[in-house]
Amino acid sequence: MTAPRIPDAMPDDPQRLAHRVVGSAIDETSLRRFLFGLAGVDEVGADARAARLATRSIKTDAKAWALDTVVSMIDLTTLEGADTAGKVRGLAAKAVRPDPADPTCPPVAALCVYGDLVVTAIEALDRAGGRTPARYVKVAAVATAFPSGRASQRIRVADTAEAVAAGADEIDMVIDRGAFLAGRFGQVYDDICAVGEACRRPDGSRAKLKVILETGELGGYDAVRRASWLAMLAGGDTIKTSTGKISPAATLPVTLVMLEAVRDFEAFTGRAVGVKPAGGIRTAKDAIRHLVAVNETTGPQWLTPDRYRFGASSLLTDVLLQRRKAATGAYSSTRYFSVE
Amino acid sequence: MPTDTAAASEAPTRLDVRKTYKLAIGGKFPRSESGRSYPVFATGAEAGALPLAHAAHASRKDVRDAVVAARSAQSGWAGATAYNRGQVLYRVAEMLEGRAEQLSAEVADAEGIDRRDAGAVVRATVDRWVWYAGWTDKIAQVAGNANPVAGPYFNLSVPEPTGVIAVLAPQRSSLLGFTSVVAPVIAAGNACVVVTSWRRPLPAATLAEVLATSDVPGGVVNTLTGSAAELGPWLAAHADVDGIDLTGAAELDSPTWGELEAAAAETLKRVRRPAELPAGAEEDWQAIPHLDRILTFCEIKTVWHPKGR
Amino acid sequence: MSAPSVGRDGTDPAGMSLEPSSPAPSPLAPSAADVFGYSPAPESASLARIAASYDLYIGGQFRAAADGRTLTTINPATEQTLAVVAHGGAADVDAAVAAARRALSGPWGSMSATERGKFLFRISRLIAERARELAVVETLDNGKPIRETRDIDIPLVAAHFFYHAGWADKLPWAGLGPDPRPVGVVGQIIPWNFPMLMLAWKVAPALACGNTVVLKPAETTPLTALLFAEICADAGLPDGVVNIVTGDGETGGALVDHPGMDKIAFTGSTAVGRSIARAVAGTRRRVTLELGGKAANIVFDDAPMDETIEGIVDGIFFNQGHVCCAGSRLLVQESVADEVVERLQRRMSTLRVGDPMDKNTDVGAINSAEQLARIEALVTVGEGEGAHRWSVPCQLPDQGFWFAPTIFTDVQPAHRVAREEIFGPVLSVLTFRTPDEAVAQANSTPYGLSAGIWTDKGSKILWLADRLKAGVVWANTFNRFDPTSPFGGYKESGYGREGGRQGLAAYVA
Repeated sequence: MTAPRIPDAMPDDPQRLAHRVVGSAIDETSLRRFLFGLAGVDEVGADARAARLATRSIKTDAKAWALDTVVSMIDLTTLEGADTAGKVRGLAAKAVRPDPADPTCPPVAALCVYGDLVVTAIEALDRAGGRTPARYVKVAAVATAFPSGRASQRIRVADTAEAVAAGADEIDMVIDRGAFLAGRFGQVYDDICAVGEACRRPDGSRAKLKVILETGELGGYDAVRRASWLAMLAGGDTIKTSTGKISPAATLPVTLVMLEAVRDFEAFTGRAVGVKPAGGIRTAKDAIRHLVAVNETTGPQWLTPDRYRFGASSLLTDVLLQRRKAATGAYSSTRYFSVE
Repeated sequence: MPTDTAAASEAPTRLDVRKTYKLAIGGKFPRSESGRSYPVFATGAEAGALPLAHAAHASRKDVRDAVVAARSAQSGWAGATAYNRGQVLYRVAEMLEGRAEQLSAEVADAEGIDRRDAGAVVRATVDRWVWYAGWTDKIAQVAGNANPVAGPYFNLSVPEPTGVIAVLAPQRSSLLGFTSVVAPVIAAGNACVVVTSWRRPLPAATLAEVLATSDVPGGVVNTLTGSAAELGPWLAAHADVDGIDLTGAAELDSPTWGELEAAAAETLKRVRRPAELPAGAEEDWQAIPHLDRILTFCEIKTVWHPKGR
Repeated sequence: MSAPSVGRDGTDPAGMSLEPSSPAPSPLAPSAADVFGYSPAPESASLARIAASYDLYIGGQFRAAADGRTLTTINPATEQTLAVVAHGGAADVDAAVAAARRALSGPWGSMSATERGKFLFRISRLIAERARELAVVETLDNGKPIRETRDIDIPLVAAHFFYHAGWADKLPWAGLGPDPRPVGVVGQIIPWNFPMLMLAWKVAPALACGNTVVLKPAETTPLTALLFAEICADAGLPDGVVNIVTGDGETGGALVDHPGMDKIAFTGSTAVGRSIARAVAGTRRRVTLELGGKAANIVFDDAPMDETIEGIVDGIFFNQGHVCCAGSRLLVQESVADEVVERLQRRMSTLRVGDPMDKNTDVGAINSAEQLARIEALVTVGEGEGAHRWSVPCQLPDQGFWFAPTIFTDVQPAHRVAREEIFGPVLSVLTFRTPDEAVAQANSTPYGLSAGIWTDKGSKILWLADRLKAGVVWANTFNRFDPTSPFGGYKESGYGREGGRQGLAAYVA
């Protein structure tokens, strides 16, 4: 990398920041030059590094802390065509008090739903006591014609604006993988910028923009790194691996490559971008491996729900089982935890 | 063209032009820098017979120069394609065939055998060059291979030339034996400094001329006529020599081949010991050569690379 | 032992202020750096049943040294005594050679190659069964991290026996001639850096080819070889096929000088290798040597940077740098030198140095006080030469032998730290400008064991690989080992190969 460090980056003005990182006005040519100028990723080396991180053995106090941290980082998710208000209410209750028998259990970070269920989710969380300053569960909405993203930019922006207007704290958008794979990086950049604009609320605040790269469709780690930078340049607050509808999803090496991009972007611009692996993380053990990767790649500053999330539905139950084991010393059973 | 006998009987006596046998270093044919020479007699010559020639008597400084020449020639020779090296060695065979008469006479004198047997030796020598010409582009295939490592890696082992090799050529077999120790060394891409048989140096000196006219790059084979006992220690101890073939030191008393091997140990040279044979015997140079002759002066290099997207 | 202390450098989370505001800051955030230092995760030392004393293993019998002498082996991480082992002498070597000779002319020599191979398969399985125990003993005796003995050393040992087992009855297809015969009785001397792995590299091919062996483990790391003796007995291997004579350099000398030995195989320093080559000169004893190195690890500006940093770290800090093929000379293209050093330092700060028995330890103890003194002496030389030293800021335990991971920048090619093997966690960083210059610098050494190349350009890799005078070239990876892959050096790094088809050549006549 050759560009100078940019300490006074302005996250609210992604174009200006991108201009300074890339070193010229943003267009197809400059983006292509910049993204193809990034160092490559050796797949075998990245896999080996991730496997090595996965051998870390997290015990006792560190494990207890890690389990609570994982809970607090979960975007508890339901993204089915069959979702109903009832289903959302059930999840909301669980999001606010994941283990009703244990008041020390933190709430999850957010409830992640389709845009049309944002109002339902907010109401349900409110009713469950999850919208107080002490115990605040955010509402994240997937938008932009999730999961395929195959709609006009106008529709996708409208989808976003509607969710923000309904009160969503966060927007999980998908990038146009077709445009990315065809090399139309400028188009992807413009899309993200447009959706980012749609995240603005009338009062000037913004919903947090999480950009889903759908890494399983990109074809390799070089592309994951480029897509990560592209999303960050366009103002994404968090980069997210997957919709959860495509396999492979959030593998540890893919997340590692994204963490490296986030680390370098921060070193480069001073702007800290979050990471959200989603899909395929089902056990506490898997999740703790992610925390290890975060700890040793971006550093412990990223070990907060503001900068790291897990998009998951079944992960929470396993973490709760492990918490119970840590508390009682005996292995627990799923029968003690609710099913939504 | 009149024959010698016709010329002798009909024309006034013509003085033949005798050949001066010199060293071959770096593509040139110098006398020994020491200015020394020594008389070489035919094997079985009667006492008091005239010498066949005065061969250059190489010194330690000739060794020094020859190693420099070999070092500077080696990477280019190794860098030539194996196909090209094969063609060059085949060219040696072609050129040798044309000098068969001369070499037969020299071998007959050197080894004390009759012209017919000497002719067979020369023909076997030509065939030996052809044999090694065919090896250059097969060594890697026979001695190298892919390795199925337990992981996502491409892994290939290939033989490569060791570098600069000192060769003490056999003391008896002046041409076929000489060829049988030199050709395998250069076939793989090494360069060499060869000390010929002390008493029978002339066929090798002539072969050096053949090599020079056969597209073998100067410095790849540096031929020193002289004493293995005198030059061996300098070669064995030379830090820029990577390996040494002690074949011609089998019967040395001082230094013994073991002492030369010990000297070579200082820089951990690859050493080919003399064959284990009864006293007075020499290897059967007519037999089909063993691949060892090539591989002793090859290094196996193994290259790993990940296989990923 | 205190928990590893590095990796928690408390970097200022300044970037936080630039984030979109959050309605409810997490209560966990402030404590993250303090809490997630990982808690101690010690492997259970009780997995190792280490006896108070060990005898020599000769002719299938455990017996004391003829003159009753003993040596003590300690845990280099604590300096506590682990066991007393017999100190073999010339008489013991003599007895071992005689036992090996008897086995060769007896049951082992007459056994079918297929049956011989089945013994090796059986040994491989026994090693796998006792893998964790062996890993623990290796870590206690050597000081290397349990993660390495558990995940690398011992699995490779089992793999090595398994691979060579299959060769036993397939040697006629190995391209070593139509009727490969065993060399005979083989004396094998191994170093302390990979005690059991080096044993496997020596013993497995020797037995596969029908030889019998007398093996001398390193003075400071004899224990896994003695457990291997138990495994041989357990496997029912005929008496005398494998003999273990523990001892010191003098014991090794007795092996080298023994006239009944048909071959010597040695792994260790170039100085000792040279003396062995001298000792066998003029005899008909064959020899293979795997000696020192000062490998160049060459980084180009188009390298896959994150994996390159990992490879550099793996190359020099794996096994505390006690690796003959360690990538101890980092040659970085000048155009990326600052970036590489900065990234490397950041990565090194996450290395966890400390208790080798902790599963999270990356860098363990230096094997001996003697080796530590050697490392310290050369590092002092490097500082005196004007190179700039940077060591990971970490607390090292009070007991035991430790050296913090260290790099030297501003190293010049003529500096001793750029030329001499340090055999410790010390990296010298040099720069180059062009590929030709990289090759010239890489080859500018009497050693030639290994080399590394980091670039995303395939043709450049192959161009370099052709020109590097090194027996093993790792491109975009480093320190990878496999039983099928030959290992060994050019020049003064020794001769002969271990592993793979080519490795068999050392053990057939």
